[in-house]
Amino acid sequence: MIQIPCPWCGPRNVTEFHHYGPSATRPSVADTTVEGWHRYLYFRANPLGPVEESWYHAAGCRRFVAVVRDTHSNQITPAEGAER
Amino acid sequence: MKNGHTSDSDSARASSGRASRRPPRRERYSALQLVSKGLSGGDWPRVWEHRDLERRYDVVIIGGGLHGLATAYYLAAHHGIRNVAVLDKGYLGGGGSGRNTAILRSNYLTPEGVRFYDRSLKLYEDLAGELNFNVMFSQRGHLTLAHNDGALRTMRWRAEVNKLQGIDSEVIGPDEIKRLVPRLDTSDEARYPILGALYHPPGGIIRHDAVVWGYARAAGRLGVHLHQNTEVTGIDVQNGSVTGVRTNRGTIAAGTVVNCTAGWSTLISDMAGVDMPVTTSPLQAAVTEPVKPFLDTVVVSGTLHVYVSQTDRGELVFGASVDPFTSYSTRGSLEFVEGLASNVLKLMPSLSKMRLLRQWAGLCDMTPDYSPIMGATPVQGFFVDVGWGTYGFKAGPVAGEAMAEHIATDRVPEIIAPFGLDRFETGRLVGEKGAAAVGH
Ligand SMILES: Cc1cc2nc3c(=O)[nH]c(=O)nc-3n(C[C@H](O)[C@H](O)[C@H](O)COP(=O)(O)OP(=O)(O)OC[C@H]3O[C@@H](n4cnc5c(N)ncnc54)[C@H](O)[C@@H]3O)c2cc1C
Ligand SMILES: [Zn+2]
Repeated sequence: MIQIPCPWCGPRNVTEFHHYGPSATRPSVADTTVEGWHRYLYFRANPLGPVEESWYHAAGCRRFVAVVRDTHSNQITPAEGAER
Repeated sequence: MKNGHTSDSDSARASSGRASRRPPRRERYSALQLVSKGLSGGDWPRVWEHRDLERRYDVVIIGGGLHGLATAYYLAAHHGIRNVAVLDKGYLGGGGSGRNTAILRSNYLTPEGVRFYDRSLKLYEDLAGELNFNVMFSQRGHLTLAHNDGALRTMRWRAEVNKLQGIDSEVIGPDEIKRLVPRLDTSDEARYPILGALYHPPGGIIRHDAVVWGYARAAGRLGVHLHQNTEVTGIDVQNGSVTGVRTNRGTIAAGTVVNCTAGWSTLISDMAGVDMPVTTSPLQAAVTEPVKPFLDTVVVSGTLHVYVSQTDRGELVFGASVDPFTSYSTRGSLEFVEGLASNVLKLMPSLSKMRLLRQWAGLCDMTPDYSPIMGATPVQGFFVDVGWGTYGFKAGPVAGEAMAEHIATDRVPEIIAPFGLDRFETGRLVGEKGAAAVGH
């Protein structure tokens, strides 16, 4: 079972969370191109190894949780500087 | 590829001064041969040759799954391009091609998708003859259940798109569903009552390993080199053109390199500096102990995220949607079997005493529109055949045929033109989620 260390609820089963993935910075509509916008919409890094990403604790405190997860082993540790 | 595999290749290697390779065996399989070997206890020799790794090939294909092998086969068979190597970091068919639930169908949602998958189904219908290998294609019919009005509407939409392309596909009601699958709970009391289904008679299941082995054998006979345990670790690009690949067994020069690595495909494209809108998620499946035959169609429920078919041996094969997060881990989860079992029982309550034998996972290369990505990339000579998600096994023959033509002629065959990598920059997506998210 994969557990996610929620800073507010403690370690909880992954099924309580929605995966949001690495956060992407939304380009400003004023000065992005159509291609730039499409890249923002569709292109995500897909590395093998540690990724910093967020999960939403839907069946719990309903807050976003930042973690570092190894996409090979699914080992999860709280992200650097995550609250609490 | 089964028995005597290791000893065969070892002795070939040991005895080879260089020239003294065993003469290639050109055995043709037939019913007669089966009977005579069955009676005499004769030996079935290894079906493709061990070859030394050359330092240069015309075409290097990365990934020895169905897509890589089919591309190699059609390059050699249709276009006479035989100086081709297929490299796999593990064994042939060890990726999704050996882990899928082998459902074939063409009742997709978009005209582009329907036309594409239909060509593949046609190729599958003749594949056993073409490859001289029994691929056990059973066109037993495919049912996609609708449990609510929204789903029923999508089924009607799909049926109309399908019929326009001449594909046998229609919406049927609960009575006919009950006749086709008596074990289904079609009563009003069901937790998710069945309102109708999209029925696709030419759909069915196939022996997936046989498809892989059949293409490997046929490609090997045409001179294609198949190299297992050969992992690509880098791709050399000079002045915007690919010049070769680096592997754990040394560098190989090639002017054409094809990425057929499905769940690992962004790692390979990253090596060439090509970005792709692909993420990797595991997909799990499970199989029960064998029981008497009672199910001779494929049944899919999108609402319940589950599908089931019965193999020739009698086991029930269950599948589902991808795990809801990205990962390269192929470890199965308890949550998956729990959810699966409870959903299967909502459809067929009489299966409650069945025991699961096994569960497993494979990696799926998911795209934003649930359609594949095929064709050239900004790096000259570097092609991709990826984005096969949970649905790419059925597409192996057509993708191989079209990719081979593309590489050999330098023109994009019309049948794959809608599926280029550039669609994510122009926004012309081919949205197949409504037909591919659970049904594969
Ligand atoms: C559980 C499950 C059920 C499925 N059910 C269906 C279904 O019912 N119908 C359907 O149509 N599809 C289905 N699919 C999807 C289908 O299996 C895949 O889309 C298809 O097999 C992809 O084939 P491929 O040849 O592109 O890739 P794969 O078969 O995955 O082959 C890729 C190969 O690349 C190799 N590789 C990776 N990295 C490297 C490297 N660096 N160097 C060398 N080699 C490398 C791997 O070892 C692997 O053998 C299912 C998938 C799964 C996991
Ligand atoms: Zn919480």
